[in-house]
Amino acid sequence: MVKLFIDGQQVEAEEGQSILEVARKLRIHIPTLCFYRAISPYGGCRVCLVEITDDRGSRLVTSCSYPVAEGMYVRTTSERVLNARKVIVDLLLARCPEVKKIQELATELGLGAPDPEYREDHDCILCGLCTRVCVELMGVGAIGFHGRGAKRKVTTPYEEISDICIRCGACAFVCPTGARVLELEHITGRKPVPLLSEFDEGLRSRPSIYIPFPQAVPNKPVIDKDNCVRLQMGKCGACQFFCEAEAIDYDMKDEFRDLKVGAIILATGFKAFDANRIFRLGYGRYPNVYTSLQIERMVNSSGPTGGEIKLRDGRQPRSVGIVHCVGSRDDKTNSYCSRVCCMYSLKLAHLIKERTGAEIYNFYIDMRTPGKGYEKFYEKLMRENVHFVRGNVAEVTDWAMTAEEEGRLVIRAEDTLLGVVRRIPVDMVVLSIGMEPQSDSKDVRQKFNVSCGDEGWFLERHPKLAPVSTFTDGIFIAGTCQGPKDIPDTVAQAGAAAAEVMALIDKGHVDLEPNSAYIMDELCSGCKTCIPLCPFKALSFNAEKGISAINEALCKGCGTCVASCPSGALQQNLFNDEQIYEEIKGVLIYV
Amino acid sequence: MSENMSKAKPYEPRVVAFFCNWCTYTAADLAGTSRITYSPNARIVRLMCSGRLDPQFIFAAFRMGADGVLIGGCRPGDCHYQEGNYKALRRFILLRRLLEDMGIEKERIRLEWISASEGEKVKKVMDDMIAGLRKLGPLHLNDDTVLELDESSKNAIDELQAEFQGGVR
Amino acid sequence: MSKPKVGFYWCASCGGCEEAIVDLAEDILAVVDAVDICFWPVALDFKREDVEKMKDGEMAVGFVNGAIRTSEQREMAMLMRKKSGVLIAFGSCSHLGGIPGLANLHDRKTIFDKVYFSSPTVANKEKTTPQPEVHKGDHNLKLPVFWDTVKSLSQVVEVDYYLPGCAPPVSLIKNALKAILEGNLPEKGSVLAPDIALCNTCPRKDTKPENLLLKEFKRPHWAMIDSATCLLAQGILCLGASTRSGCEAACISANMPCTGCLGPTGKIRDFGAKALSAIASTVDSINDEEITLKLDQIVDPVGTFYRYSLPSSFLHRRKSNLSRGGGSE
Repeated sequence: MVKLFIDGQQVEAEEGQSILEVARKLRIHIPTLCFYRAISPYGGCRVCLVEITDDRGSRLVTSCSYPVAEGMYVRTTSERVLNARKVIVDLLLARCPEVKKIQELATELGLGAPDPEYREDHDCILCGLCTRVCVELMGVGAIGFHGRGAKRKVTTPYEEISDICIRCGACAFVCPTGARVLELEHITGRKPVPLLSEFDEGLRSRPSIYIPFPQAVPNKPVIDKDNCVRLQMGKCGACQFFCEAEAIDYDMKDEFRDLKVGAIILATGFKAFDANRIFRLGYGRYPNVYTSLQIERMVNSSGPTGGEIKLRDGRQPRSVGIVHCVGSRDDKTNSYCSRVCCMYSLKLAHLIKERTGAEIYNFYIDMRTPGKGYEKFYEKLMRENVHFVRGNVAEVTDWAMTAEEEGRLVIRAEDTLLGVVRRIPVDMVVLSIGMEPQSDSKDVRQKFNVSCGDEGWFLERHPKLAPVSTFTDGIFIAGTCQGPKDIPDTVAQAGAAAAEVMALIDKGHVDLEPNSAYIMDELCSGCKTCIPLCPFKALSFNAEKGISAINEALCKGCGTCVASCPSGALQQNLFNDEQIYEEIKGVLIYV
Repeated sequence: MSENMSKAKPYEPRVVAFFCNWCTYTAADLAGTSRITYSPNARIVRLMCSGRLDPQFIFAAFRMGADGVLIGGCRPGDCHYQEGNYKALRRFILLRRLLEDMGIEKERIRLEWISASEGEKVKKVMDDMIAGLRKLGPLHLNDDTVLELDESSKNAIDELQAEFQGGVR
Repeated sequence: MSKPKVGFYWCASCGGCEEAIVDLAEDILAVVDAVDICFWPVALDFKREDVEKMKDGEMAVGFVNGAIRTSEQREMAMLMRKKSGVLIAFGSCSHLGGIPGLANLHDRKTIFDKVYFSSPTVANKEKTTPQPEVHKGDHNLKLPVFWDTVKSLSQVVEVDYYLPGCAPPVSLIKNALKAILEGNLPEKGSVLAPDIALCNTCPRKDTKPENLLLKEFKRPHWAMIDSATCLLAQGILCLGASTRSGCEAACISANMPCTGCLGPTGKIRDFGAKALSAIASTVDSINDEEITLKLDQIVDPVGTFYRYSLPSSFLHRRKSNLSRGGGSE
């Protein structure tokens, strides 16, 4: 431990710590430009200069790189320091007059505009943060300093397109000035594709370590292991460096646990219809065609735009078209109605109208508003002057036929109430996408022995009498995996499924199938033919008695073993051989 | 005998359909509630699973006058009892060869995977099979082996009973 | 008191069942002591008229072996039925139809064509075939009618008991004779052998794995068969699980698989169908093509599963477009 004085305060510090580190712990403000905790200090910008006095006298040193020493006396705002700082910032301002960060520093120090005679127009202050991050933190070293003196700049070797840049964007992230030279396109020759936030429907990007969404449970960040530089290449590790709780463990692996349970509820949800599948509606081709889920995020105050409705270029739309039944009620995609889209389309129409005052057009086949207050809501929207066009949208195009349509998207639809085909120019198109079963629903349901209907939704035991049970005892379903439905219905089903499970647990006994199989011991020769045939392991061989035995509790009553038994020792209650022969006789005997 | 009876009526194929409870029988039920019409020639015998189907039943059906046998089970992977339909498939593959060697045309026995929501498929399969059987004609298994029973004193039911019970010991 | 009368007759048979009686060895002397054999064409000189002259039921027990496929055999079967108090179907042929039953895959025409015309060692330019009736001068010669279909004994007359096996094992014959002499026969219609499958008494039972799924089917002459392990586990198609026991696993002890000659157990109505089910159900695959490939290794399904029991199966015979000629069948 080392004792020193900073601005008159006596402090204790560890050996090897820099003055800046110690000062920051004491919340003493020293400005920096080229400092970043996760990499080695450079002392290049000189903005962090402080005056130290030790046995060698007083001098100015860069606090970011100078280590503390016993008995050192540090002054962070002495006249000498402030004068030096002013000169440095002035010089920086002269080099980069348009850079916001430098302007802020200048204002802080009371400096005016730079002398026009010395004014240059750079945006890079040669702080070296980008080069150091690239080589030290990311282990790549795609960029470095090139040249000397006034011609010094940051660039790739020989100013050629880099082969080794990993497009992590760390250089742009740490740059204090937002230098144009760090546009990744210039370094790699390829347009970088940001990691898009799944929760925000691709409307904003996210880092490799992120909290998926505000209501995530647990509300902790996760690491995207396919894109994390540390996990993929063994470098970086900045997040662990900065985490004061030391909560980050890169060696964590997926854990597989076996749980013994007596009942299972499948609530595996739905998949949103992929609007790319309908080419003529322009999703993925025109930037201002959105899906309803994207608008949901936009409208949300914690979303990518803070709740403002904006086009891709930041303008507010003056007119919006909302297209119902995208991927629903359509023989070419899904012929069923997804149930929730009309209501959410009305909701979005209302919210967009409220926030932007734009002209809203809803294109619908039928307006489906069952439920409490739903019809009233529809009427309210009509009173708010939302336009409703009854007709399927044929296409969304940017091909203008009149001056009014120039630069806008045109929705072409037949208005079946008016009996004409209309072209309605809008700024933004919202596609009300439907619901589909999850892409892995077949694998999931086969694992649990659940069948599905012809649309792929999990099949309930009976649509009226047992809507949350399946044909397999103990397995229940709830929510949209059983079929499209809204939140109130989902919650009701979830409660119903939970109640069924509790009833099952409370009962304390399980009802057995009456049509179970049984073995006539005296006829069983112990040939063991039946044993491997039972998927429920109800059959076992009793080596002592030399015959097979059935566990009645496990037998589901399929009769497969009965048909295979070579000597007829296995029979099935209610479906005995004799009974079936009589049935066959009965159905054929009368011509 | 049955020949006289069949002379009196035009030939209508008689099919015994062994349907599994969970998928095929439900599909047939669905066909019913959806008012889908199809040839009424099949008589359905319900089993819990297509795996219950003993080949003895198929032979018995032919012996008792069926012109065709239809077996319906769940789709592979969807069997309510996991694997019963696979066992039915295995038996069917060997059975089909044996029946061919016994001179019974392969159109007379058919295995179909029909899931619970495929009411339309029930119609399609039934109509298709019956049409095929019409072309093939009756099986007439009884004619070849019935002994000279006193025809005038026994009716068709008794004959079949005697035939049937005089089987294997 | 006179000894009970006993008669034997053979229909479409190989003679093995007659030899089975002889196989009683010394014990046959006890039999001869206890009963009066009054009809046995293979061994004794009694004639048909001798039987015709008997009173109905005069023979306490009649043993008929062989299947029925000519009009003469039927006549004799009916005669034996008339004159016997108890009629016993002796051996697989009379019990189930036996190996001659496999002729049900053909009919009279195809058999005659082969035997009298197309067989490679036959020269029959005049196309001569046996005729049921021929007049030569003032002689009227008759031959029994050769039917299209082979039948088991019970398909022709009412049978009281069945002694199964090809030929019936000596122990079963002894037990049956003992029961007859002691007046201790079970209920009418029974098979005089234990009602349980062969695996029960098979010496290799313990070596059969509990979870045996079949991967292949080898014909016996294509494999080096281990003499201690379960044959099915070695890929040899053994029908012991479907077949009645009573033979003390004779074939297995000779390192050959069971072919099903004692017929099915009591609950089974069609031997071949059930045996097929048992074998096919345990094939180790769930894929259509794979299953077919494996099962194609069973070379002759009818010959394998219905070797002794084709006439007694539900189907009886191969369907053919017979004209009603060649006898009533």
